[in-house]
Amino acid sequence: MSLLVADGLAVGYGGAPVLRDVRFAIEPGERVAVLGPNGGGKTTLFRTVLGELVPAEGRLDVHGRCAVVPQTERSRLDFPVSALDVAVMGALSRLPWWRRPGRAERATASAALARVGLADREGTTFGDLSGGQRQRVLVARALVQDAPVLLLDEPFTGLDAASADRLETLMRELAAEGRALLIATHDVEQARAWDRVLCLNGRQVAYGAPAAALTRPVLEATYGTDIVDLECVEHGGHTVVLPAHHHHH
Amino acid sequence: MLAAVLDWLADPWAQALGRRALLEVVLLGLAGGALGCWVVFYDLAYSAESLAHALLPGLVVAALLGLPLLLGGAVGLLVAALAVALAGRVEGVGRDTGVAVVVTTLFGLGVLLALSAETPAGLQDLLFGDVLGVSDTDLALAGGLVVVLLGALAVLHPRLLAVGFDRGSARGLGVRAGVVDAALLLLLAGALLVAVQCLGNLLVVAVLVAPASAARLLTRRMAPMLALAGALAVLAGVAGMYLSYHAGTAAGASIALALVASYGVAALARPLLAR
Repeated sequence: MSLLVADGLAVGYGGAPVLRDVRFAIEPGERVAVLGPNGGGKTTLFRTVLGELVPAEGRLDVHGRCAVVPQTERSRLDFPVSALDVAVMGALSRLPWWRRPGRAERATASAALARVGLADREGTTFGDLSGGQRQRVLVARALVQDAPVLLLDEPFTGLDAASADRLETLMRELAAEGRALLIATHDVEQARAWDRVLCLNGRQVAYGAPAAALTRPVLEATYGTDIVDLECVEHGGHTVVLPAHHHHH
Repeated sequence: MLAAVLDWLADPWAQALGRRALLEVVLLGLAGGALGCWVVFYDLAYSAESLAHALLPGLVVAALLGLPLLLGGAVGLLVAALAVALAGRVEGVGRDTGVAVVVTTLFGLGVLLALSAETPAGLQDLLFGDVLGVSDTDLALAGGLVVVLLGALAVLHPRLLAVGFDRGSARGLGVRAGVVDAALLLLLAGALLVAVQCLGNLLVVAVLVAPASAARLLTRRMAPMLALAGALAVLAGVAGMYLSYHAGTAAGASIALALVASYGVAALARPLLAR
């Protein structure tokens, strides 16, 4: 069964929809690149999946829990919490408000940290970890939430090549375990290696397998004037898109 | 020699007055130190100071009418909170500016009332505290505050941590940031109400901000920080009372100075401990 189904979805913030014509069905085990310019609707789509925004038209069916892996710079690096403390936060959604996470929750969090390769970093202060390690702690927190749908918000921003490889491997494994991963990204090249791409620019421009969907007209309709051709050897003659900005809010 | 030292140490507590003051300072230190850690991490220091100053007219009116100060303080807090909320909505005036105007107005009003002809002497006690004038009711209130506050902080701890760490993700984790904020503000208002009578309108913020900031310099986790802040606040409170007794200085101000000094000591100790 599909984990996420959008059918004629349109969403806005009270006024005219800022994202419309969204139609897709995302299956377990799929890594979906969510591409688009800043303000193209990536964040709006995520917020709708989380139930923070209500569809103005159409419908979005979510089968199962969703967990977000936010950008690491949104958290406070001066906060006195360990990697384990952060992972344990993932257990709060399943506890009543008066209950504190106990031994069982800490064990789950500890296992999640081991799962992302950070078993030896449990006691390290979050702010002392590298960017890639912080991102994996936040993935572990999402795993503690035990959600079949993971929303990753530009997880590769600021990572060096080794950390990015490590995260890429982890994402492949998480998908292989039957989760669906929606990954907001600016990197079209990276998206070619994943299972699906969803191109948004105020509306859905394309959805499908990367090879079929990432055509030149689709990229032009997605990025407009932001598109830059770089026919260089290292990229095998593909069209490389250099977005104007690396952050969206 | 030893006897002289022991006398020096025991003298301030020889009378019931001193012992009650000691108990009050210990209780308020525990409450203020622990709560202060969250005040610091939620950037509420300015709010705490504003609320403390703005509730002065409530205290003065209560003193004028012979009503309990706690009641006057509570009404003063409510009026201040409403005024701040309204001032924040005035177009073209920033939030900080609005708060500053409201606080200065209310504080000025309080002083004006206190200096009127029919006011009984005692404005000083409202401004700078009256540690030695602690009543049984004050002690009971402070005890109640400690129990409620520490209990609430223990229950709220994981949620306070989640919201403080990343407010934007809190909702996705099933934690409502607004509810956590409101609970923390309520605890802050309660703590100010109880502590303001002992430590004074102008000095009460010291117990919230100084020990917590000092503990933050020396700890890497929230739980030890809370414990250390409480311990530092109690130690500084006691040190301030010794200073007051032996040097003949004002008790509230001596305690406030000792609290701030705890931050200075922590700042000096940090590089030594880091080695």
